[in-house]
Amino acid sequence: MSAPTVESEITPEIIAEHGLSEAEYDKVLEIMGRAPNITELGIFSVMWSEHCSYKSSKHWLKTLPTEAPWVICGPGENAGIIDIGDGQAAIFKMESHNHPSYIEPYQGAATGVGGILRDVFTMGARPVANMNALRFGSPEHPKTRHLVDGVVAGIGGYGNCVGVPTVGGECIFHSAYDGNILVNAMTVGIADTDKIFYSAASGAGNPIVYVGSKTGRDGIHGATMASAEFDDDSDEKRPTVQVGDPFTEKLLIEACLELMQTDCIVGIQDMGAAGLTSSAFEMASKGGMGVELDLDQVPQREENMTAYEMMLSESQERMLMVLKPGSEDEARAIFEKWELDFAIVGTLTETGRMVLMHHGRMVADLPIDPLALASPEYDEKERPWTPTPPPAAIDAESIAAPNDPLAALAKILGAPDMASKRWIWEQYDHMVMGDTLGHGRPGGDAALVRVHGTDKALAVTTDCTPRYCVADPVQGGRQAVAETWRNITAVGAKPLAITDCMNFGNPERPEIMGQFVGAIEGMREACVALEFPVVSGNVSLYNETKGEAILPTPAIGAVGLIENANKSVGLGITKAGLTLILIGDTEGHLGQSMYLREIEGREDGAPPPVDLATERRNGDFVRAQINDGNVAACHDLSDGGLLIGAAEMAMAGNVGVTLDADAASTLPLHAWLFGEDQARYLIAADNAAALLADAKTAGVSAAQIGVSGGDAVAVAGFSIALSKLKLAHESWLPDFMNVG
Amino acid sequence: MKAAVIVFPGSNCDRDLQVALRSAMGAAPKMVWHGDSDMPDVDLIAVPGGFSYGDYLRSGAMAAKSPIMKEVVARAGKGVPVLGICNGFQVLTEAGLLPGALMRNAQLKYICKDVLLKVAANDTAFTQAYDQDQVIRIPIAHHDGNYFADDDTLNELEDDNRVAFRYCDAAGTLSEDANPNGSQRAIAGIFNKNRNVLGMMPHPERLADAKLGGADGKPMFDGLVQALG
Repeated sequence: MSAPTVESEITPEIIAEHGLSEAEYDKVLEIMGRAPNITELGIFSVMWSEHCSYKSSKHWLKTLPTEAPWVICGPGENAGIIDIGDGQAAIFKMESHNHPSYIEPYQGAATGVGGILRDVFTMGARPVANMNALRFGSPEHPKTRHLVDGVVAGIGGYGNCVGVPTVGGECIFHSAYDGNILVNAMTVGIADTDKIFYSAASGAGNPIVYVGSKTGRDGIHGATMASAEFDDDSDEKRPTVQVGDPFTEKLLIEACLELMQTDCIVGIQDMGAAGLTSSAFEMASKGGMGVELDLDQVPQREENMTAYEMMLSESQERMLMVLKPGSEDEARAIFEKWELDFAIVGTLTETGRMVLMHHGRMVADLPIDPLALASPEYDEKERPWTPTPPPAAIDAESIAAPNDPLAALAKILGAPDMASKRWIWEQYDHMVMGDTLGHGRPGGDAALVRVHGTDKALAVTTDCTPRYCVADPVQGGRQAVAETWRNITAVGAKPLAITDCMNFGNPERPEIMGQFVGAIEGMREACVALEFPVVSGNVSLYNETKGEAILPTPAIGAVGLIENANKSVGLGITKAGLTLILIGDTEGHLGQSMYLREIEGREDGAPPPVDLATERRNGDFVRAQINDGNVAACHDLSDGGLLIGAAEMAMAGNVGVTLDADAASTLPLHAWLFGEDQARYLIAADNAAALLADAKTAGVSAAQIGVSGGDAVAVAGFSIALSKLKLAHESWLPDFMNVG
Repeated sequence: MKAAVIVFPGSNCDRDLQVALRSAMGAAPKMVWHGDSDMPDVDLIAVPGGFSYGDYLRSGAMAAKSPIMKEVVARAGKGVPVLGICNGFQVLTEAGLLPGALMRNAQLKYICKDVLLKVAANDTAFTQAYDQDQVIRIPIAHHDGNYFADDDTLNELEDDNRVAFRYCDAAGTLSEDANPNGSQRAIAGIFNKNRNVLGMMPHPERLADAKLGGADGKPMFDGLVQALG
C-alpha cells in the first residue's frame, strides 16, 4: 500500500489548534514513523483529548475500588454492570455534558441525555430510569435563568420523547458556576445477564455496520472543546454543539434491543464523543483487531464531507456494530422496519491498523494499539498537586442563636439550594414505563423504580455537596459517597454500586489537581468502608472561565436494590401519633452548613467529618428496621440538619411534627437543630420502644426526639404552620423562573 | 374482551397500556404495528400515549395518516370502542374521529403530575364504573394538552353530554388553578357522537396499580371488561 493522501501540511499552528502539546506531537511522529496528514492528526487530537483519554485523571482513578461479588463489569466499558438477581443486571453510568450545555443549553443538555442512554442500551439494557445532577451559577447572574430554562427543557424534551422516566436528581446554585454550569446525566437500564453486549470486536473479515442517523458536520471537535477552558469567545463554539433527535433515539433503542434478541451481534459501541473515530478505535483496540473503513459508505446528510469531518463529527443517535458473517440481512430488516439507516461501512482486519478509504483513495493509516493505549497518562510529576489547606473548625458556641429558629427554618427552606425543585421535575415525565413507585417519585431521598414484572425495585440517587468538597476535598469526597449510600438506605434498599462524574477545574493548576486527588482519596475510603464500588464514571476537567474554577464537584450516582418493594418507605409522615427517632450522634457541626450560609451569610469552616464505621453501622441498622416493617417514614439528614429534615418529612406527608428541645441536651439549640452531622437519619415509627431497644442492642445511637401530629412544625415554644413552610419551600423556583 | 393496542414509531405508553389492560382482562391485548393494515377482530382498540413520529409537524398528525388508522376509523364507524390516551387523543382528533385540537399548554411547558378529574358522564362503557361527578386522581404528562374547539363545537359537546372528564379541585369545582393546561371549559376528555370513541389527555393506565401511588384509573379498564365481556 502507498502512503495516505496528504491534503495540507501540518504546521505548528495546526498542531496547537488541535490541542496537542509539542511533546504529544513528538509522540505522534514516533508512533506514525512519519508526519501525519490532517485527518490522522485530527484522530490523534480527539483520541488524546482529556475528554477521551483521561490523561490527567486515570493515574488517580485507578485507586478507586471497582469490585464486589455483585459487580459483573466495572469501569472500562460503556457503562458498569451489577447483578440484581434472577438472571438480571442493572447497567448504569453518569456522564457530564457541561461545556455544550453552557453554550447551547437546550441541545447541550438534550444530547447529554441521549449520549448516556446510548451508553446503557449499547450493552443490551432497556433504559428504565434517568437522573440528572445540575449546578448553575448564582441566581443573580444574568445568564442563570436562561440556562436553567434551556437545560431543563432539553433534558425533558429528550427524556420525555424516548419514554424513559426521569425520576430525580439535584440542582443547586453557586456563583462559582457562573461561567461553567454542570449538567450530569445518569441512565440506569436493566438487561438479562445472558444478553449483555460488549464493544470488543472479533473475527477478521466480519462486517462493520453503521446504524442510526446520518452523519453531518455537527459537533466536530466537541471532545476537544470539552478539554479546554472557556474564555470570552466561548459562545463562538456553538457550532461544536450537537443537535439531538430523541425520536430517532427511541427508534434506535427499539431496533437495537430487537436485534439483541437475535444472534447477529459480535460487538457494539455507540458513537459518542469523537464519533466514528472513538467507536472504531475502541472496538478494534479491545478486540486486538484492525479496521478498514470505506467512508463512501457512511450515510451522510451533507454533501462533500471530507474524511476529517466524517471521522470527527459528533452527530447523534449513531451506533457501530460488528456482525457475525451472514447475518447482515436479518439485521438490516430490523433497522429498515424502524426506518433507520443501515450501512456496511467496513471490515475487521488482522492488521491492528485503522485504514480509511475515501473516494477510492487511502486517506489515513494509523496503528490502533499504539495510539489507543499510548495515550498520555500524567502522574504527580506531570500533573503536580498541592493539598487543600485544612480549614479551621467552627465552634457552634461562636455562632449567634436565631431569635426564632422556625423563621430561620422557613428562610433556609426557601433558599435556592433547599427550595423545592418541583418546577424542574414536573417538566420531566417521571412515570412513563409504569414502574415508578408512588413514594419513589422525585423529591424523596432516592427514586424507586420497580424491576418490571417483579416485586423488586431499584433505588437510584445522585448526590454531592460541593461546598464541603471545596473546604476539604477528602471529607467532601467521603461525604458524597456516604450520602448516596444513606439516600438508598433511607428507602430500605441495599446500596450496591456507584458511578462518578468528576467535575473539576483546570488540572494543570496544582491546587485544582489537589482537589481532585483529595476527593478521590475520600471517595476511595468511603467506597471501601461501605462496600460500594465504582463501576463506571466520567471526568470533566477544565471547568474554568478566565481562571475561575468551579467548586470541586465529584457527583455520585448510586444504585441499590430492595428485594420486596412493598417494604420500602418514603420520607412523608402521613399520620399523627408517630414517634420521631433520631439515629446517629449530633455534635452540632455548623461549619459549611446551610444555616451558616443562609442565616449568617458565611461560607467557611470545616465540613462535618464523616466517620465511615458509624455510617455503616447506623445505615445497616436503619435498613434492617425498614425491611422488618418497623419504620413508617425515614429521611437521611444532610443539608440543613435535623430541623430541615423533620420539616421535609412533615411537608411531604402533610402532617405536622413537634420536636422536643430537651433532647438537645447540652448543645446550643440552633446547633442541634441545624448542625449537619453525618451518619444520621430521622425515622417516624409506631413502636418506638422496640426500635430503641433494637438500637441499643446494635450499638447504634438512637433517641426519641419528637412526635407527629397537627399541621405545624413546632419546637421549644415556637411554631410555624406547614402551609407557610410549604409556601416558602415551593415558591422560590417558580417565582425565580417567572420573573422577566 | 379482546383488545388491540396500536404501536406507532415513537409510541412510549404502549407497554403501560398493555399492562393495565392485561391486568383487567386476564389476557394480553394484541400489539398492532402501525404499518399493518390488518386489524384483528377485537372489542376495544386503544391508541397509546407517546411521541408518535417525534411529534414532528404536529402532535399526532403523521400517525393519523398511517395505514392502520384507516382501519381504526372504519371500526370506530362500526361501533367498536376506541380509547385514545394523551398522544392517542391527539391522533384521534387529527384522524377526525373527535372534534377540536390539542394545543400547546397555556404555560408553554411540558407538565407531568397528578391532577384531579371530575367524571362528567358515566353512561358509557369507558366510564360506567365511576360515579357521576366523582372526583378521581389521574396523572397528566404532556406538552400539548390544551383542548381547543370553537364555541359551537364546545356547546354541542356539552349539549350532547359528550364531555367525559373535566379538570377540577378536590371539591369537584372547576377553576383556573385546577386547569393544568388552559383547556377550554376545563375539558380533559371527550366522546364522539356515538359515544364509542373516548379521547383523554390524562393517563388512567398510570394509576391503575396502588403500588404506583393510586388506582383511580383501574375502574376504567375493569369497567370496559365488564361492559364488553
